[in-house]
Amino acid sequence: MAKKLALIASKGTLDWAYPPFILASTAAALDYEVSIFFTFYGLTLLKKDLSDLKVSPLGNPAMPMPLPLPNFVQMLPGMESIATMMMKQKIADKGVASIEDLRNACLESGVKFIACQMTVDLFDFKPADFIEGIEFAGAASFFEFAGESDVNLFI
Amino acid sequence: MEFTKEVDASGLNCPLPILRCKKGLSELEAAQVLKIIATDPGSVKDFNAFCAQTGHTLLQLNQDGKTFTFYIKKRTD
Repeated sequence: MAKKLALIASKGTLDWAYPPFILASTAAALDYEVSIFFTFYGLTLLKKDLSDLKVSPLGNPAMPMPLPLPNFVQMLPGMESIATMMMKQKIADKGVASIEDLRNACLESGVKFIACQMTVDLFDFKPADFIEGIEFAGAASFFEFAGESDVNLFI
Repeated sequence: MEFTKEVDASGLNCPLPILRCKKGLSELEAAQVLKIIATDPGSVKDFNAFCAQTGHTLLQLNQDGKTFTFYIKKRTD
């Protein structure tokens, strides 16, 4: 019987978009059955338009920067866009997959995506903003597959 | 070594070599051999782990500088 992986994706930044999609696509390649429950900011990862995914150096002292910038510079308008642009360039230079590619790899290999209905309502998201082929459900549905999974991770 | 299909994952980083490998294997018949080229240094451990978990057989691994060539035989179900 196939092993099962259950993930909760709760973060909506470009850097934190990677772990759920990398783990889910790899687990699927290893013949796991995979489900990801997207909640709160993680719902951003299910939108058709992924341009909301950004990375902010502000409040993240571990982020490698070409030159060290104090926080009061990092908070200036446009810094987030610049950091995001630099990160995307780096991702392309290093042969790291784009989030869109990894998400497609997940979908092609049968990873199940579940959007948290409560968060959708809370943030007034429109179902039309999301990609096709996802389910909308709540915590009980998460436990339906998490309860019988071999690996459960909250990201 | 003889192989049926070749996949070039050079320049690609984790997890793409594994995903390409999986896709390549899915297009083969049982017991056919996939040749896959990768430059990700982590791919050596990852391909071993992939084969150990999926039942495919890593027949041979060649290293030429920073390039790794794997020959993987698809499992017979």
